[in-house]
Amino acid sequence: MVPDAEFTSYYGRPVVKASPWEADIPAYLFLGGLAGGSSLLAAGADLTGLPRQRRSARLVASAAIGGSLYALVHDLGRPARFHHMLRVAKVTSPMSVGTWILSAYGPFNALATGSELLGFMPGPVRNSRLGRLLGFAGRPGGLIAALIAPAVASYTAVLLTDTATPTWHAAQRELPFVFVGSAAAASGGMGLVAGPLGESGPARNLAVGGAVLELGASRIMQHSMGITAEPLRQGTAGTLHTAATALTAAGAAGAVAGRRSRIASALSGLALTAGSACTRFAIFHAGQASARDPRYTVVPQRERREGRSS
Amino acid sequence: MGRSFFSPGTGDTGTAPFDPARDAGHTDPPPRKGFFTDTSVCIGCKACEVACKEWNAVPEDGIALTGMSYDNTGGLGGSTWRHVAFIEQQLPAPAPDGGRPDTVDLGMPTATLPGADPEHREHADFRWLMESDVCKHCTHAACLDVCPTGALFRTEFGTVVVQDDICNGCGYCVPACPYGVIDRRDGPAGDPAVGLAQKCTLCYDRLSDGMEPACAKACPTQSIQFGDLDELRERAQGRLDMLVESGETTAQLYGHDPDNGVGGTGAFFLLLDEPEVYGLPPDPVVTTKDLPGMWRQAAFAAAALLGGAAAAFIGGKGGRR
Repeated sequence: MVPDAEFTSYYGRPVVKASPWEADIPAYLFLGGLAGGSSLLAAGADLTGLPRQRRSARLVASAAIGGSLYALVHDLGRPARFHHMLRVAKVTSPMSVGTWILSAYGPFNALATGSELLGFMPGPVRNSRLGRLLGFAGRPGGLIAALIAPAVASYTAVLLTDTATPTWHAAQRELPFVFVGSAAAASGGMGLVAGPLGESGPARNLAVGGAVLELGASRIMQHSMGITAEPLRQGTAGTLHTAATALTAAGAAGAVAGRRSRIASALSGLALTAGSACTRFAIFHAGQASARDPRYTVVPQRERREGRSS
Repeated sequence: MGRSFFSPGTGDTGTAPFDPARDAGHTDPPPRKGFFTDTSVCIGCKACEVACKEWNAVPEDGIALTGMSYDNTGGLGGSTWRHVAFIEQQLPAPAPDGGRPDTVDLGMPTATLPGADPEHREHADFRWLMESDVCKHCTHAACLDVCPTGALFRTEFGTVVVQDDICNGCGYCVPACPYGVIDRRDGPAGDPAVGLAQKCTLCYDRLSDGMEPACAKACPTQSIQFGDLDELRERAQGRLDMLVESGETTAQLYGHDPDNGVGGTGAFFLLLDEPEVYGLPPDPVVTTKDLPGMWRQAAFAAAALLGGAAAAFIGGKGGRR
């Protein structure tokens, strides 16, 4: 057993500040992943001729990205000034980069969804000049959105790791893979819930592949993080992390075993989506906890400093 | 901004020291300004905290007792731009080789009940460390790098300042700061800066008029010294040498080194113990230093997702397989 590291602090008070973010931000991370993965599912369904899967995935993508934008703006200390993010473009700021990724993704995604919603409109609207234009723009819009979608799903990992929050920063190598795996699991899962069984093959593949990637990358990540992985196993974050692992594993197994049953597929899909959400909340809370305990800031830094001087 | 971390800016050519003001685009800036805080002469009067609040109209942030020490402010935050830490230290007896000079008994009260143990009065194994903490005004400032609105900027004096009318309160600078300095102001209601990121401006308004910052002006012991950073670094080295020579072997400078993880800080300290004792990080690094690698990993992950999604469709239309 490794002896406890030498550790002193200022009355146990934090060294770095925990982010002022609340539930909006992990919700935003989850919904962004769900939107990105769903756009990919929709584009694939469009290209391979699965119209009902395409429609449900496009609607899921729009609902998710709408929700994530709401969460992002709602979290600001001065929400009325959200547009100030569009004043500058900075590659050193993942939030700035993300704003521009979302600004590019949103309109194309909206085009794809708009063309889908046309189907619910009366004939005169569908056949109007604008209607026909929108119908025509659906496929290119959806394809362009799908090309941007992987960035929507993966940049959020950099948003967290580019901080002094010990648990987030230490996860920098693997977290993007956990997040895209989680995005694929969630969007594939929603594909199983919302799409018809007859068109569910690709959604199932995406969901199971995503779940495997998420669980595998998460394992490697925890191994490489040293003591900053501890908060992932304690308190609120620990509970959420256990739930995420269980739901994702069960969802993936159910998606494979229950592929002939509509109900089993939908339940598995729900489990995968819930697992993805739990993953985001677990990572978020683990980071917050690691910032509040000076041990996770001081001990790794001392080890680094002593490693350099010896 | 920290772009120079990736590719040297104009100020980083040759052997000239890196000049953040010039790197940020200021032509012909004045010498870089900063603080040297010599904690060995701090008496913990908190005049700096008060002067800072008064000059900058920073609201009070809770009049409560922490119960941990005489320090009832606790730490830097949105409404505390200067913070005096009080460390009450019980030291082991002096080493036989005279590692620490004999202390003088000032007749201070002991930690025992009055009169309970008269012997304790003879012991001088107790000391108070006091340190006035402040924003470090890093050469490579993470808060400034990650700000998505450009609300944070580099002044001509090489310092870092938040523009209240631009900040949208996203809070990204808060977890980005490796020193835990900046925070979102959460009250009182009606304060114009509620919801905005707030921290020490190094009295930008006073500097612009050729005056020194309010905290340095108010400091009665010259624990807080303001001036040209180069000159302060020399002065600090002299003071350190003097202290070490007189037996204060644990004395050290903190943050002054231009080769440290943040490229040196504009506000640096002479400490009498390890940084973490004062609540300071032992080896802070600007997070954006690792950002190129982070973007690369995110790009690999994005490619994996795109490829994975494509693979999910291979094998035809799927359905019940």
